[in-house]
Amino acid sequence: MTAPEAEGVRVRRAASPRPAWRAQAPVVAAVACGGGIGATVRYAVSLAWPAPAGGFPWATFLINVVGCAVMGAFMVVITEVRTPHRLVRPFFGTGVLGGFTTFSTYAVDIQRLIDAGHARAGLACLAATPLAALTAVGLAAAATRRLLTGKGKNSL
Amino acid sequence: MNWLLVVAGAMAGAPLRYLTDRAVQSRLGPALPWGTFAVNVAGSLVLGLLTGAAAAGAAGPRLQLLLGTGLCGALTTYSTFSYETLRLAEKGAVRYAAVNVAASVAAGLGAAFAGAELARAVWA
Repeated sequence: MTAPEAEGVRVRRAASPRPAWRAQAPVVAAVACGGGIGATVRYAVSLAWPAPAGGFPWATFLINVVGCAVMGAFMVVITEVRTPHRLVRPFFGTGVLGGFTTFSTYAVDIQRLIDAGHARAGLACLAATPLAALTAVGLAAAATRRLLTGKGKNSL
Repeated sequence: MNWLLVVAGAMAGAPLRYLTDRAVQSRLGPALPWGTFAVNVAGSLVLGLLTGAAAAGAAGPRLQLLLGTGLCGALTTYSTFSYETLRLAEKGAVRYAAVNVAASVAAGLGAAFAGAELARAVWA
């Protein structure tokens, strides 16, 4: 009795790369829309706060630190507090926050500072960004966890 | 117009990051965040190249907004990089977390320098 069923499953799996694609399409679209929004906000911040020549790139630094803090809080909410719609994480986490924060500008900012002879500002950015970003994501996750779930009260 | 260029670049870059991450994870497994590492290094290389091209007068401000601020900006990510590092540390893999940070920063910076050097060799 189970043989036809099992066979059916096997046949469907073998012949169906398309439905997998169809399931991915809304996720990819959500990531794209979120990414467009996040990058727009990042562009607005960089216009409002242009990096001075040879100076510390504060706009990129703050964008990355703030984005990491929001990511820490967001991930605790969607993994430990409530189960959201399946497009929430692709849209907001992967899309908006991923498009808002940037690793390439961080790297190229440092490269340009060092190339232009501002090694001290470059090295400060090199070390301060990951330190602040990791502190932000860790503290935001811990604070959100404590606030919303009551867990980890002794660890913070 | 400038805003549209940034949005268009980002709407390609963010899904490219997502799909690259999935492809890399399906091959190398989810133990270490190689997908994020790959997009961050690749994006740093392209942005270094583009910025170098712009400095040499070979790339205009529009191309910089589309490919730099938009595409590379959204292709690479600091928030996922940080969160994945935090997850490694929370799971007890503190050494992997430290390796992830050191390797990403070193490789990303190396890629930015390599891109800039390449631009200098080609256009300067």
